Amino acid sequence: MDWITEILNVTWNFIVLFLNENIPLVVGSVKAVIIAVAIMSVVPALVWLERRLMGRFQVRLGPNRVGPFGLGQPMADTVKLLFKESIIQSSADKFLFHLAPAVVVITAIAAFAVIPFGEPFEVFGQTIEMWGANVNSGILFVFAISGMGIYGMVLAGLSSNNKYSLMGGLRSSAQMISYELTLGLSALSIILLTGSLSLVDMVRAQETYPFILVQPLAFLLFFIAGIAETNRAPFDLPEAEQELVAGFHTEYTGMKFAMFFMGEYINMVTMSALVTLLFLGGWNAYGLPVWPIVSFAVKVFFLLCVFIWLRSTFPRIRYDRLMTFGWKILLPLCLLNLMVTSTVKVIWFP
Amino acid sequence: MTEYFYISLFAVVAIVVVGALLALSTVLGPRNPSPQKMLPYECGIIPTEEAKGRYPVRFATIAMFFIIFDVEVVFMYPWAVALGELKLFGLVEMAIFIIILGIAYVYIWGRGGLEWD
Repeated sequence: MDWITEILNVTWNFIVLFLNENIPLVVGSVKAVIIAVAIMSVVPALVWLERRLMGRFQVRLGPNRVGPFGLGQPMADTVKLLFKESIIQSSADKFLFHLAPAVVVITAIAAFAVIPFGEPFEVFGQTIEMWGANVNSGILFVFAISGMGIYGMVLAGLSSNNKYSLMGGLRSSAQMISYELTLGLSALSIILLTGSLSLVDMVRAQETYPFILVQPLAFLLFFIAGIAETNRAPFDLPEAEQELVAGFHTEYTGMKFAMFFMGEYINMVTMSALVTLLFLGGWNAYGLPVWPIVSFAVKVFFLLCVFIWLRSTFPRIRYDRLMTFGWKILLPLCLLNLMVTSTVKVIWFP
Repeated sequence: MTEYFYISLFAVVAIVVVGALLALSTVLGPRNPSPQKMLPYECGIIPTEEAKGRYPVRFATIAMFFIIFDVEVVFMYPWAVALGELKLFGLVEMAIFIIILGIAYVYIWGRGGLEWD
């Protein structure tokens, strides 16, 4: 038995040595896992918030039976969904049918990885950065990964072999690629102002004033395109209940159905965080005596409430108007804003 | 590269959670299929034909326009980062580029490519 203890000892020593020499790596990994789990646990809270607020907007109570203020409702719903039968209709493409919700959730969580939410601070000689990962192409990474989320919806629509699903999948792909242009072009004016793609640099460039004051049009365009990208009302055409039953997730039941919603809500948080970082000054509090992370969280919370507020205020717009609005109004406005911004930057602030 | 390692950790956590949820629901959920239940949903009517038929060509043309303009946006990202050094030269170059694309845009609009009916 001696050789077993020896092998264990050697392995243990190796692990300890490895950890001691790679403390930043370990800290970073732990942090990444914590953020990923945290963002997933935000989803039930957000579902609760939406249902409560929607109730108030529509002069009714909303969920209030399970737990205090109905806080237990999302938990109860999750448990209920776990015990539901998972129906896969016989003519569906089984592999793609399972893959689609996973793609939606995984891309949504991976896109959140580069969102920063505070300045780095020091604990026990270790610098803890308040972000999952700081890639210097931050905003491009978010666009690229959240663009891949479209695949999930299109695959769900195609693999279901259902007319409503197919229609919803096609609609969502056309809508999302159209509004992705607006999203990318309106973010360009912020990149012009900061000269960097890194989200951390963008927040640091807004230490004196938030960019919404100098780029109000870009803010508006970005926010509208962001709502369309996350498939939220009034742009929730892919799942327009009255005409498409439930759009691309008509055939989904139980947990797989819930995963599409998980993806949608995480995308909502990511989009609110992006708007905060690009236009509202990120974690800068502008003289208010609050922690940076509190300042960031308050702004994101406010934007999430605006998302819900818009949903209960506006009727869904017609699909042809959605497409012509994106291509004939938003796109020229974006290009105009971009040209004005770059001209002002080159001529007045060289 | 470590930054991309952290990002992949996010994906790993997502895969683990998604896998756990799917496995749990498979274990806990009931399983009693019937021929009617396994049909595609069509408001209670038995579907008459396959869903994978023809669909409007509009979606394909929109995808083509998207590629044109998205390539334009891809060119603009490095330009926007470097405009501080490029100065007036970069501005004029990009103005010419946008005007050329603007002609294509006006052409598409004029030919009714952006109408949806």
